[in-house]
Formats: sequence, structure tokens, C-alpha cells
Amino acid sequence: MSTLLEINNATLKFGGVVAVNDLTFSVEEGEVYAIVGPNGAGKSTVFNLISRFYDPYAGSLTFDGHNLLDRNADAVADLGIARTFQNIELFDHATVLQNLLVGRHRHRNTNLVQEMLFTPKVRREEKRHREAVEEVIDFLDLQPYRDKMIAGLPYGVRKVVELGRALASGPRLLLLDEPASGLSVEETQDMRWWIDDIRKQMGITVLMVEHDMGLVSGVSDRVLALADGAKLAEGTPQQVQSDPAVIEAYLGAGAA
Amino acid sequence: MEVVQLLVSGLANGCVYGLIALGFVLIYKATEQVNFAQGDFMMLGAFVCLGLTNAHYVGLPFWIAAPLTIAIMAVLGYLLDFFVLRHLFGQSQTAVVILTIALGFVIRFVAGAIWSHEPQTLESPLAVGDFNVGGVVLGMADIAVIVVTVLLTYFLYQFFQRTKLGLAMQAASQNQMAAYFMGIPVKRVQGMIWGLSGAVAAVAGILFASKGAIDPNAGLLGIKAFAAAVIGGFGSLPGALMGGLIVGVIEPFASRYFPAGYSQIAPYTLLLFVLVFRPNGLFSQVRIKKV
Amino acid sequence: MRIHFKTSYNHDIRLFPDWWSFLVYATLIVIAVVLPWVLDDFFLGEVTNVLIWAIAGLGLMLLTGQTGQASLGHAAFLALGCYSCIIFMEQGWPFLIAFPAAGILTGVVGTIIAIPAIRLHGIYLAIATIALSILADDIIVLMEPITDGVSGKFAPMITIFGIEIERWTTPDRFYWLVLAVTILCTLGYRNLLRSPLGRAFAAVRDSEVSASAMGVHIARAKAVAFGISCAITGLAGALMGFYAGAFNNETFSIVISITLLMMIVIGGLGSIHGAFFGAVVVAFLPQFLSMTKDFVGGGSVAIPGLETGVFGMILILFILFEPMGIYGRWMKIRIWFELFPFARKDMFKRQKSYLKTERLR
Repeated sequence: MSTLLEINNATLKFGGVVAVNDLTFSVEEGEVYAIVGPNGAGKSTVFNLISRFYDPYAGSLTFDGHNLLDRNADAVADLGIARTFQNIELFDHATVLQNLLVGRHRHRNTNLVQEMLFTPKVRREEKRHREAVEEVIDFLDLQPYRDKMIAGLPYGVRKVVELGRALASGPRLLLLDEPASGLSVEETQDMRWWIDDIRKQMGITVLMVEHDMGLVSGVSDRVLALADGAKLAEGTPQQVQSDPAVIEAYLGAGAA
Repeated sequence: MEVVQLLVSGLANGCVYGLIALGFVLIYKATEQVNFAQGDFMMLGAFVCLGLTNAHYVGLPFWIAAPLTIAIMAVLGYLLDFFVLRHLFGQSQTAVVILTIALGFVIRFVAGAIWSHEPQTLESPLAVGDFNVGGVVLGMADIAVIVVTVLLTYFLYQFFQRTKLGLAMQAASQNQMAAYFMGIPVKRVQGMIWGLSGAVAAVAGILFASKGAIDPNAGLLGIKAFAAAVIGGFGSLPGALMGGLIVGVIEPFASRYFPAGYSQIAPYTLLLFVLVFRPNGLFSQVRIKKV
Repeated sequence: MRIHFKTSYNHDIRLFPDWWSFLVYATLIVIAVVLPWVLDDFFLGEVTNVLIWAIAGLGLMLLTGQTGQASLGHAAFLALGCYSCIIFMEQGWPFLIAFPAAGILTGVVGTIIAIPAIRLHGIYLAIATIALSILADDIIVLMEPITDGVSGKFAPMITIFGIEIERWTTPDRFYWLVLAVTILCTLGYRNLLRSPLGRAFAAVRDSEVSASAMGVHIARAKAVAFGISCAITGLAGALMGFYAGAFNNETFSIVISITLLMMIVIGGLGSIHGAFFGAVVVAFLPQFLSMTKDFVGGGSVAIPGLETGVFGMILILFILFEPMGIYGRWMKIRIWFELFPFARKDMFKRQKSYLKTERLR
């Protein structure tokens, strides 16, 4: 196993508030790595740093030898980093199929003129994209919703569509921002099988932020606990859950 | 001396732009809607006052007609929100932009149908002529416009700082959801904001009509006021007024010192420069959307 | 109701989902081609006008309906396309070169203008484009040596391989020319929609953050959308010039910009059909109003602002009661008939979405 993602001494401030404080961690290729922590601990902010929506105040971010700070958000996606969002950011006025096809955007290798003329090459490429997307649709059981508009879909389905869109891009690293939040018990169970399969069958490395400790300890190899933007503990789910500092952060001072 | 004269007439024009921009910003701050018909509101206010005052229409005394006009326009603004804009809740900002532009067309048509397209002058006691101060000829109306604008701005400032309704409006503008949970009737407050901006438009209209002739196309002045609002920074009331003054002052100086043809493009060129280099106005803030 | 059984990936990529819709559109094109033998010159001219507006509408639709960037300044690009095409022809270029060159020039200029403009959101973009439209009017006057200022220009005769085409003397040939351009633009638009770039545009419209997280370069996508949109609009502008015969700075005023935007909203944002439906309304409204006036007995009394006033009223009613435009209404009626008698009243209930603000709080 080799290190896929490396974050060194990352610091981010919003005005005077320190959102991420001198954070260092790394994700190994092929593992499921979870970040936990109370609300406002800076978990999603870490994701937004990796996606390059925010510029770190200090520190470095490296993905497979590439310096992420040299790249814009879209160029980060080109490296094979796909993500989902905490509050679901789908393309509402498009169908499920079209949403997943946008996930294929980084594999686009036709140009404007070819596309306007719809040359045989574009047709060939489109077929290739659609094959990849149909595989994802099969994997996530999205067939019934294939041609439905996002705007009319229930929350749980949207969550799965967002996962599908990220998978359709054929990523090496998948960032899942609270994949189980708002899901029912059954849906959470499905999500758990999927994350397992994504890692084992597809060989995709997963970095996720999650509150549901059941899901976290079920699927992840290593866990990082954050509080106030700084590292509190890191290790296997059991180690982190029994760490006194973590218990104190969750249950308040004196509980440990 | 000439400079002072240009400055005064520019400031007077700028006050009218500023007042239109003020109404525009009031609504934007409170509702995130943009009223592109604000200029036409101003025009309508001017015509309502003219209709009430001038002898061959109703013929009321100006000092009764003016407050009446302000009240009528305030009610119109409130009703517009109540019957039209409230039903757009959840639609895109662009929908509101297009809707209010269309509304401007309708207002212009209605005003033309009632008061005709011929330019008319308001029989206003403010337009009593010019006086001479040390070689500078100043229009009485220009001075009145500046004084009224200063007073109105002061009044609005006090209103937002001191009164309960003003504070509620501020709260609603900063965070609708939180204001709603704090027990502020957000929808009614927004209706009142529309009413208030209607009243401000009426004042702008009366002042504008006191300075010279008006016709239904005067509503197109609104476009300059939007430019003013953007130049000053969209989110702030003093910014809007400042933007209006800047645009107002640029115009007479540009037409005095630039070759013909270049003067009317000056405000828009400035607008584009501001948009390119300081997209959030001269007093910019950082905007990042939270994910 | 037609059910599509998909047996290959080609199904989703096809231009027409099934034989029936292929037949419908084929019939439509055949009717359009034979129209000059059916209609008299006056109505043929009106239909030509509809098609020209539809091309312009397609141009703006790509930007506003597809990419979500509202432009209130597209008259500037109509003007640029018109002036450049006719100036190229005055230099002795044949129409077949001057016309596409005008489109490309307008597209390139549009892209250059877009580069600073794409940083602007929503209303800021609207205001910037309004300013652009106003400036275009003044710039045409200031550039009098090239544009002939307020006195304007006359459109020359079009010659394609020795065939002379002119709006008044050969309205049928001019109509076919416009029809050909319309079909080509529609086809290009449709092709974009089924390929990656068209989807990237829709992605930028619906969520910029997640579009960029999927690898879409937001600024580039917007600039390209601007470019294509302006190019198509430029072509429409050139045709408008030939249609009008003579034009000056006031032919492409800010009112035209606004009308164009209102037109695609009335037609239905985000669909090709919408551009055509909207164009029908814009082109026939003046005729309809003058007929109504004759009927009521108003006779020849000109009412200034009547057209724009009525147009504005129509738009307000549409935004309030049918935000999806004529196309939306059309789809509902179609679905109702297809499902008859099983359509339910609440099927088309609008989903309330809540204000997604981009303001920093």
C-alpha cells in the first residue's frame, strides 16, 4: 500500500476564526478513512480544502505526487478525486441519467466543433460514457429512476444519485460528505454495503465524513477524530472510540 | 464658477438617481428581489402628483397632493408585493428581474394612456425660478432637491436605527429564516419594504418633476439608477446614494468637457469598469457560497 | 402513451426518440419547405420573421435557458452580426463567406466580452449586459466612418452561386435561406444537448460548485456558452438586417434585447421548442393587435407603447401562472391526452423550492 493523499500542516482561517488548525493526516491507497467529530469541528472544511473550494492559509496537500494547491477545483477532479456534498448538490433540472453523465465530464475528449456536428467520434465516445454510467446505475439499483428529473425525487434517492455521479467519473479517491445523514436504517445499511463494494470490487479509496458511528466502525479501516479543526485522535475505529480525549469532546468535560 | 454650477445641477440630478437607487437597494436587501421597474415607479409617482396638482386635472394644492401621492405610491408598492411578488417565492432571481422589467413596460403604457406621451410640467411651488449667488445661477428646484434628499436620507437612517419596524426590516434582510423564528412577520415586513420603496420613488418622482418636464419614458432613468446602485455597491443604502451622486456629477462634466457622443456613454463605461474591477461595488465584501 | 424499450446505447443518443416523433418533425420540415407555394408574400414574410427571431432566441436560449446566464444585452450582438456581415459584403466578400465570418466574429467578440463578465452573478450580469446594449447603440453612432452612424446602412443583394436572393423581390428564396440557417442552428443546438458540453452547461446552470467538483471548468464553460450564443445571435442579426433592408443604430436598441429575453421566457426556458413558440408570439403580436384594433374600431389611431405593454402583461401572466412557458403548457396538454382518462389534477403541481441564497450571511 502506498500513500494516496497527504495533508501536511493544513491551516485555514475565516476572518479570525481558525477552522482547520495545523492538520496533518494521510490516506493510504485502497483504504476507507473516516473523519469524525462534533458539528463545527471542520470536517467538511477539510473536504472543501481538498476540492480546492477554499485556499489554505498554510500547509500542503498532495495527491499521488501532484500538488493540489497548483490546481483549480476542476483540475482536482481531473486527477480522479470525486466527491459528494453534505447538502446534496445535484443538477435539479436534469434527469438522473444526465446527472451521472456529467460525472463523465473529465473523460471528455471531443471538442466543441465535433460535438455540434455530432461526428462518429462523438457518437463512439457517448456510447462509451453511457456504458460506464449504465454500470453505475446497475450497481446502485437506480434503474427505476433513470429518466426521472432530480427535482421530483425523494431525499434518499438523491443521496444515492449523488454517490452514483461521483462513481461515474471513475475516481481513484472518493470523498463522501456524510453519506448516511438523513437516511433511514435500511438505506444506511445499503450505503454500508455499497461503500464496502466500492472499496473491494472497484478498488476505490474512500475518505468520508460521517456522524453515524455504526457506519463508521462498520466500514472504515482508520478513523480521524477532529475537534476545533485540530486532530484529536487517529487509529482504528475501536482505538478512537475508546480514546479519552474523544469521549471528552463528545460528552463534555468531566465525562471521561 | 462654472464648475460650481455644473456641480450643483449634477448633484441635484444625482439625488434623483440616488433616491431611485435607494428604493432599489431597499428591496434588494430585504427580499433579494430586484425591482427593475423602480424608475417607472418614480415616473408614475411624478405623474400621480402632476395629475393631482395641475389645474386641468384635479387641481389640488401641491402641499396636499404631494403627501397624497406618497401615500398612494406606498399602497401601490405594498399591493404589488401582495398580489404579484409574493407568489414568486421560490422562483429564480432572473424571473423577478424579467417580471419587473415587463412591469415597467406596463406602467409606461398605462401612464401614457392616462396622461399622454406629451412632456408635461408639474405646477410645483419648488420651481420658483433661479437666484444668483456671487455670479453662480442656481435653480431653486435644484437646491430643494438636494435639501429634501438629505432630509429623507436622515429620516430613513433614523427609521432603520430607532424604530421597531425599521429594526425588524433590518433583521429580515439579514437572515429571513432567523427573523421568522424570532416572531417577525417576514412576509408583511417585506410588503412594507415594497411600500416604503414606493414612497421613496414617489418623492424622487415629485422632485424630478419639479426640475423639468416629464413624459412616460422618464422611467428609463431607472437604468442609470441601477448603474448608480452597482457603482456604489449593491448592499448598502449610503452606497446607493453615493453612486447616484457620482453618476449625476459625471454627466454634466462629461458633456461639458468630452466631445459630443462620448458624454452619454460615460456613466455606463464607469459602470462596466466597476463591475470588472470591483464587482461588488466600490465598498466590496468577500462572497463565498457555503457548501 | 408510447413506451420506449431500450435495446442499445444508441437509443438515448438518437436525434428522435422514436419513429413517431421522427415522422412529426419530418412532416414539419416538408411543410416548411413547401410553404412558399401555399402562402402569399405577406404571410411568407411574417413566417420568415418568426424564423429569424427563433434563431436569435436559440442563441439566447443556449446562454440563459441552458447555462443559466441571463443576458439583457443580446441586441448588441445582433447589431455586431448584422453590421459585420454587411460590411464584409461591401468589401466584396461573397455572402457564403461573409455570413459565417460574421457569426464567428460575433462569437469571438462575445467570448472576449464574457471573460470579465462571467465572474458576475445574476443581477450583476443583467445590469452589465444592459450597459453593453446601451453602449452598443452609442458606439455605432461614434463609429460613423464604418457604420454610417444614424443614417444607417442598406443591405446588399445576396448572391449564392449566381442565384440572387432578396427579401422583397424573391421572398421565397430568402425564406428558404432563413429556413436552412434555422434548421442548421437547431441541429447544432440539439447535438450539443446530447454531448458532454451541453450537459456541462446545464451543470453550470444548476450548481456551480458541484459542476466544478465534477471537472467542469466553470469560467471556460460560461465563456464558451457566451461564444456560441453570440455566434448564433450574430447570424440572426445578419438575417434581420437583410429582412429589414435598411438599419441603423436604433434597429438594435435595448428594447430588442429585453424583448428577446422575454420571448424565450414566454416560450419556455431551457427548451428548443421554447425559442420557436416565443418567436411566434413576438412576430405575430403586432399583427394580432392591429387586427384587434380594427375590430374594436380604433382604426388607425396609433397607441404608443401598446405592443410592449401588452407583451409585458403576457409575460407577467406567464411568470405567475405558467413559469415553464408555452412549452410547459404544451407538454402538460400532451401528457394529459396521452394518459387520458387517467391524468390527475395534482400531477402537475409545482414543487415548492426554497430560496437558495448565495448571499454571505
